[in-house]
Amino acid sequence: MSDIFEIAIVGSGPGGISAAARAAELKVSHVLLEAAPHLSNTIYRYQKGKHVMAEPEALPLRSPLTFSAGSRESILEAWDEGVAKLGVNIRHGAEITAIKKLDDHFELSIGRKDKVLARNIVLGVGLQGNIRKLGVPGDDAPFVQYTLDDPDEYEGETIIVVGAGDAAIENAVALAKQNQVVVVNRRDEFARAKEGNLRNISKAIEDGVIECYFGTAPERVDKLSVGRKPGRLILNTPKGRAQVLCDRIIGRLGANPPRAFVEACGVVFPNADPSAVPAISAKYESNVPGLYIVGALGGYPLIKQAMNQGYEVVEYILGRSVEPADEPLLRAKFQSMAGFTSVSAALEKVQTAVPLLATITPLQLREFMIDSGIRTPKAGEVLFKRNDYTNSFYCIVEGQVEVLVDEAAGKRVALGPGEFFGEMSLISGRRRSATVFAGANCVLIETPRRSMTKLINSVDAVKKLVDRTFVERAIRARFGDEATAAQIKEVVSGATLQRFKAGETLFREGDEGDCLHLVRVGSLTISRTIGGRDIVLSYVPAGNYVGEMAVIGGSKRSATAKAAVATETIRVERDAFRKLMNQNPLLRAKLAQEVKQRTAENITMQAAASGGDIISFLVGQGLGEATDVLLIDESLCVRCDNCEKACAETHGGTSRLDREAGPTFANVHVPTSCRHCEHPHCMKDCPADAIHRAPNGEVYIADNCIGCGNCERNCPYGVIHMSAKPKKKPGLLQWLLLGAGPGPGESPYDPDSHEKKAVKCDMCKDIKGGASCVRACPTGAAIRISPEQLPEYAFARGP
Amino acid sequence: MHDSILDYRGFRYLWVALILSIGSIVAYLWHDPIGVPNGGSWLGYTLGTIGALLILWLLWFGVRKRRYSGATGSVRGWLSAHVYLGTTLILIAFLHAGFQVGWNIHTLALVLMLLVIFSGFFGVYAYLRYPAMMTRNRADSTRDAMLAEIRELDGQTLQLADKVDKSIHDAILSSIQHSQLGGGVWAQLTRRDDSAIALAKLKEAVLKSNGESKQSKSGQTMVMMVDFLANQANDTQSENLRRLIDLVSRKRALATRVARDIQLQALMEIWLYIHIPLSLGLLGALTAHVLSVFFYW
Ligand SMILES: Cc1cc2nc3c(=O)[nH]c(=O)nc-3n(C[C@H](O)[C@H](O)[C@H](O)COP(=O)(O)OP(=O)(O)OC[C@H]3O[C@@H](n4cnc5c(N)ncnc54)[C@H](O)[C@@H]3O)c2cc1C
Ligand code: HEM
Ligand code: HEM
Ligand code: SF4
Ligand code: SF4
Repeated sequence: MSDIFEIAIVGSGPGGISAAARAAELKVSHVLLEAAPHLSNTIYRYQKGKHVMAEPEALPLRSPLTFSAGSRESILEAWDEGVAKLGVNIRHGAEITAIKKLDDHFELSIGRKDKVLARNIVLGVGLQGNIRKLGVPGDDAPFVQYTLDDPDEYEGETIIVVGAGDAAIENAVALAKQNQVVVVNRRDEFARAKEGNLRNISKAIEDGVIECYFGTAPERVDKLSVGRKPGRLILNTPKGRAQVLCDRIIGRLGANPPRAFVEACGVVFPNADPSAVPAISAKYESNVPGLYIVGALGGYPLIKQAMNQGYEVVEYILGRSVEPADEPLLRAKFQSMAGFTSVSAALEKVQTAVPLLATITPLQLREFMIDSGIRTPKAGEVLFKRNDYTNSFYCIVEGQVEVLVDEAAGKRVALGPGEFFGEMSLISGRRRSATVFAGANCVLIETPRRSMTKLINSVDAVKKLVDRTFVERAIRARFGDEATAAQIKEVVSGATLQRFKAGETLFREGDEGDCLHLVRVGSLTISRTIGGRDIVLSYVPAGNYVGEMAVIGGSKRSATAKAAVATETIRVERDAFRKLMNQNPLLRAKLAQEVKQRTAENITMQAAASGGDIISFLVGQGLGEATDVLLIDESLCVRCDNCEKACAETHGGTSRLDREAGPTFANVHVPTSCRHCEHPHCMKDCPADAIHRAPNGEVYIADNCIGCGNCERNCPYGVIHMSAKPKKKPGLLQWLLLGAGPGPGESPYDPDSHEKKAVKCDMCKDIKGGASCVRACPTGAAIRISPEQLPEYAFARGP
Repeated sequence: MHDSILDYRGFRYLWVALILSIGSIVAYLWHDPIGVPNGGSWLGYTLGTIGALLILWLLWFGVRKRRYSGATGSVRGWLSAHVYLGTTLILIAFLHAGFQVGWNIHTLALVLMLLVIFSGFFGVYAYLRYPAMMTRNRADSTRDAMLAEIRELDGQTLQLADKVDKSIHDAILSSIQHSQLGGGVWAQLTRRDDSAIALAKLKEAVLKSNGESKQSKSGQTMVMMVDFLANQANDTQSENLRRLIDLVSRKRALATRVARDIQLQALMEIWLYIHIPLSLGLLGALTAHVLSVFFYW
């Protein structure tokens, strides 16, 4: 107890285990502390037989342990063996609950009593977090469990499921087939659940298949020694105390994200954003000296990266220097830059040239550069076109680019070294607003959306600079045709960013018009109260402004504006804006013209009120954040399922759309199919960064998907499936004439294959002629529309 | 923005068909064959060839429809053209034959063609009329969901009936065992509503268990159930019966909707079972016609 380990490693994920193995190899005194009774809990919990992929392919592995693509079992086995052979000092069941810094060492608390001392700590606890317990006396009784692998295993039991999320609901519904199920929900509804799960559970409760205690909290778990049931749960219900006898209690309360624990160790996060990662040095050291962070917790979500870091961090702790494993990748990248000498020189050059990157840590810069590409385009080359849907971000290291701000007049604006562009589409999730040409000898860094978003969310200085530039450029683009820089600056300085939750009101009909909103993320609906009912008149996607009528006219708001989805606007104050208008008579005339047109439109819309109902319905179905959505006119659809067959046939046998599922309103049916969201939820936690957006807006999943299923969970519209590749099948005429193989639209995938990957609609981006579903529809019932067409579409259908 | 097969691209193929028809009529009127106009004149050959090519192309639609990655136009465009140009065939064929028909292989081809075309007319009618009716009938649910609910209701009804009375339980059980949705083509089209039979049986059982032999005047099962209910002294028993009535009527409403759904779907598909085989028969007859013309004329 009194000896102090040189290194204590917390968590035996790929990062921790690799660090421990390296320490054992070097005979450094160490201890590996793992909460679970086995190694690598995150990987242990993958589904049985899962094929684990070794992305990124180009990155070499550096670890005393082996790792290559293969089944979950073979990888865990190899690690178990490796750890045993190297003699790693491991303690299982050692959940670290607190870390205290003493003079020259740390004190790690295990559970409630035990302690371990160490000079250095490697924190590799990953992002999965610790499963939440019931938190009441008796919550560790033998019949209380927190996972459920196979619901069919249980039969004829009374089972209490505690929790109200998707996992709880799915378990409860599956268990109810063969068991008596009681659900305990702290709240009065299932607010966090997905649509489909909500429907299932509500129905099961209504039908009396599942009994549910709402607004109820568990109070205590008792073991019973007499009677038929092994235990009982005492509940605190709104009507008083209740007890339920049971065979089993399953707690599905989610996991505590590790952040609170990490912060309690003294590690600082840059901001409150859930995706923020703590800043660490090039040697993986956090702001607490001696405390190192590796793996997913530090923002590296893949196994190989974590293993490499585990190896390197031990080297660094011992005061040795190693060339990071990604050095060759960076060298290959920088090679194309004129005057390349070494990676570190090139990194420094980038950092001095681009002020935006000046404040980020060396490790962040390395990662940023690994994800990015160096572009050295020829003069005159188009970097991206106006109306493309790409969303990468560019920094200029050398040379300059020209932005075609006014297509008609051919007006171009030059951007020089140190400046950046592409932030508009990155932030708004919408089409490029201008075409950009390369100048002579320019060197650019092109960064994909995920890395840039991560950087923006991790470094406040970057966020501030990007936001300020966005506001300035957006205002100039919208209102600054003939204004002077000083005039624009005045408006910009008073402008603020405002966030609205879905459904929140920006302003109400009859309010004083004190500002104008330029929508930068999300979208709005405009409505008026007519005869006591809210009638939607219009839909405003990002990139447009609202509230100008009252600002110009100096009167009250003529309609109500509401956020259709989570929305961010640039708020421009009335007085500053009026001043700008007075200085620019042309702007004034242009706006007056627009006001006139909008008023006229609103009047026609009001007459066709049912169109507004269609807009409300579609916005409710996610069109407010869509870029392209499949709609089916049920008065034309003959239910032949040719659309689904076409999708399956052109996409390896699995249809990415479910025609029949999904709601219908006024004969407009929204099938379960990808909306190609402006800010795709599915992209959020993709460890392999496999989800991308193509220039025409298609959100697609590339082949480097590792099949983790995060995107399937994150998509609110339930359009992603995990699927294996189908067997090869014979051609069409062979089927028509000889009946060979499965018919069109049918090709069951290989049931034995465990190599499942995420599949979703890619709008047939690789097929000439466009979306197969639409082209295969014999009656014209299936169409795809973008939100810009929404008002027109809705009002064409309103009677 | 959704255009139907008829108004595809501003009735593009209607115009093509009209131009083709008018062209053929003009040629037919202007053309002056020796004797009566028939398939043997040069115009006859020309029109016959046009007709035969059209038929081959119309048949090819079956292949194009399944070539999902085919890049030539949309299936909707193809179908729009299929409908209009297919209809034109009536005129072209008659002009080609010079309006002569007899009892021979040539006329067999013509008759088959007309049958295919008229079944096609029904298809278009069905495609334009039934989808909206189907949506209305489904009332925001899906057939699977409705069937699942029916199965569940069946289970609950049985459980409840068990508590009420053995004879009612038996009646419901046998009605569930007998009730069936869908079935053969004919059953689908005539939409036999099995749950009505089930209710009739239930009514009998209720009567029997009630010890009454008098016939209900209204003949309404529901009324009978309520009668039975009124005669029961036991409170929980009557509560159970009330719930049983709710469940059975809910199931009946659902079963009616599912049966209607199946019927509509069948109506939208049944004609293809005439259209496709006859169009293949037509291909055979046409081949025979052309061969016979070349060999024996
Ligand atoms: C379903 C799924 C599939 C995936 N597939 C792949 C793939 O195919 N290829 C790939 O490269 N990546 C894949 N990933 C990502 C990969 O699993 C993670 O990037 C990797 O596991 C991260 O390693 P880590 O060492 O940072 O943390 P983790 O692997 O998460 O390990 C953390 C360990 O710390 C323990 N721990 C946590 N808190 C404490 C505490 N307080 N005290 C003691 N111990 C603690 C945990 O029990 C766990 O064992 C997948 C992820 C998921 C969820
Ligand atoms: C390559 C295409 C065709 C050729 C070369 C062809 C040729 C002929 C000829 C030479 C005749 C005259 C025979 C007679 O007067 O008895 C004829 C008659 C006829 N053809 Fe065709 N034909 C063709 C396509 C068609 C098609 C597509 C149809 C319609 C399905 C059709 C239906 C008829 C009919 C009904 C007659 C009249 C038979 C009668 O006189 O009783 N033919 N055809
Ligand atoms: C001799 C003339 C015709 C031939 C040979 C023919 C042949 C075909 C064939 C082979 C199919 C494909 C069916 C399938 O594989 O699913 C088809 C479909 C169809 N045909 Fe015809 N057809 C003819 C005329 C017509 C006419 C005149 C009409 C309508 C006025 C018509 C309406 C249709 C319709 C609505 C379909 C269904 C399309 C679908 O559901 O995909 N056809 N026809
Ligand atoms: S998969 Fe889901 S989250 Fe991703 S773009 Fe499509 S609809 Fe949006
Ligand atoms: S695409 Fe989906 S399943 Fe594949 S790695 Fe990304 S998040 Fe995981």
